[in-house]
Amino acid sequence: MVSLAFDGVGARYAKRAVLDDIHTPTFFGGQIVALLGPNAAGKSTLFRRVLGLVNGEGEVRLEGATAERPIAYMPQETRVDAVLTVYESVLLARMQGRRLKVSAADLEAVDRAIDELGIQALTARDIGDLSGGQRQLVSAAQALVQSPDVLLLDEPTSALDLHRQIALLSVLRRLATERGMLIVVALHDLGHALRFTDQAMVLADGTLKACGPTQAVVTPELLRDIYRVEGRIERCSRGQPLLVVDGAL
Amino acid sequence: MSKTALEMPAQGRVFYRSLVARRQLILAALFVTLCLSVCVDLALGPARFGLDEVVAALVSPGSVSDQLRVIVWDIRMPVALMAVVVGASLSIAGAQMQTILSNPLASPFTLGISAGAGFGAALALAFGVAIVPGSVAYMVPINAFLVAMLTAFAIHLLSLKRGVTIETIVLLGIAMVFIFNSLMALIQFFASQQALSAVVFWTMGSLTKATWPKLWITLTVLAVSIPLLARHGWALTAMRLGDAKAESMGVNPRRLRLEVLIIVSLLASISVAFVGTIGFIGLVGPHIARMLLGEDQRFFLPGSALCGALILSVGSILSKMLIPGTVIPIGIITSLVGIPFFLFLVLNQRKSAW
Repeated sequence: MVSLAFDGVGARYAKRAVLDDIHTPTFFGGQIVALLGPNAAGKSTLFRRVLGLVNGEGEVRLEGATAERPIAYMPQETRVDAVLTVYESVLLARMQGRRLKVSAADLEAVDRAIDELGIQALTARDIGDLSGGQRQLVSAAQALVQSPDVLLLDEPTSALDLHRQIALLSVLRRLATERGMLIVVALHDLGHALRFTDQAMVLADGTLKACGPTQAVVTPELLRDIYRVEGRIERCSRGQPLLVVDGAL
Repeated sequence: MSKTALEMPAQGRVFYRSLVARRQLILAALFVTLCLSVCVDLALGPARFGLDEVVAALVSPGSVSDQLRVIVWDIRMPVALMAVVVGASLSIAGAQMQTILSNPLASPFTLGISAGAGFGAALALAFGVAIVPGSVAYMVPINAFLVAMLTAFAIHLLSLKRGVTIETIVLLGIAMVFIFNSLMALIQFFASQQALSAVVFWTMGSLTKATWPKLWITLTVLAVSIPLLARHGWALTAMRLGDAKAESMGVNPRRLRLEVLIIVSLLASISVAFVGTIGFIGLVGPHIARMLLGEDQRFFLPGSALCGALILSVGSILSKMLIPGTVIPIGIITSLVGIPFFLFLVLNQRKSAW
């Protein structure tokens, strides 16, 4: 089973330290880890550090991976104007590092990823013509199609409507359970974190403020200290935790 | 994820296969048109031949008259093929510069590579200055090539400085253009009347300087470059999604940009060195290919090459036809005829690319 742990991990751009001394217990395949924290806390940098795109101290320990490229990363979405259809752009993500020839298995994988995210209707559209939410789903498909052991998603639901937010997170839940993927997802919605994730890491100012089971981490104290809001956790009628925010501090 | 009734069944594969088939057809059509254009190009000139005679001379050179064979094979063939090879080289160079710099205006011209080549050539033409001593016959192309490569190298060195973005690289290129243009003006100011006209003629770009050896050199560079670029086909396509996305897919944008910059500088400078500055192929060729074939490099790369080759080959035909008995420098033709045609295409396209 794949596992991921942070051991004294730091990250720096030139001389400026962005992350400092991040230690976590080991996360395992099948789990969804929420990466929480206010804006500019270092969440995206942590992802880039895992991928080796930024340098820094410490070690990101990845073990038990089986895929050729074990980590897939969905960065925050930016507008693109390339003349490519959605299908081509997903295929592209799968074919990196491979030969130019596309096999039937590759096409099958693309269809599966597109199916998984329910964007079949978009296959023939140009990616330049998509809305922000549609781009986000395509971007998720680009990460999924790589069949990774570890999936890193940077705010994958930020442009989605409520239905698609829930749908995407449910897909992630299922992928973790059925395929044993380890999924780390940066989220701003703590309610989603409570409902869909097992573990949570809280970053602020480049340091790890809290780490552990999500329900133990997301507390009124966290809301007060990190997010500077007054809030509480209630149980809804179905027994699921519900975040109620009373106001900003 | 839940499916709504509006969404199509999982027919992505079917759609993609038909897309690929259509593109292969377009590439084949471009190739056939190019072959036709070359035949017409061979038929035209001071002595006009019928297409059937040209084809006969091509298929069985032994069966036609000596005059026809010499004109087709020794005089016109290097020029006609040079149009194809240079057109393909400049178009590929433009296509990849646009790709790695994410800028629709990038081309060997906008990065100052052509201007650098022009300056190198002018040094040789006006003052007989050879950067590499002892190469009188090839003094002009060698000068042009060296200055062009130096320009590309300078741009690369400057781009290594921290904080330099791809927009800065484009700005650096434009700065290079202005520097070389002023230097060129300076040379023209001091040059003799005779040297001046040689410099001016060179900057117009002309295929009439083509010979078999020059053709082979240019063709070799093109033949080596294409597989080197094709090897990065998927990565180059990913570059068009932006650096962050390309990185997320495992591409190293900086390294790829450097490697591609070197290859396209070589392609562009060798072309410009032999035939002079031929404008707009590097800009127009890739844009037409993009409209026809999209930006998947497996189609975009050969498509750009074919479009560029076709434009220059047709340009070569027009340069002989517009004023009978006179071969107008092809650089003038490509800009004069190519640009209105290009504007027509851009303004009439349904979807916006860039």
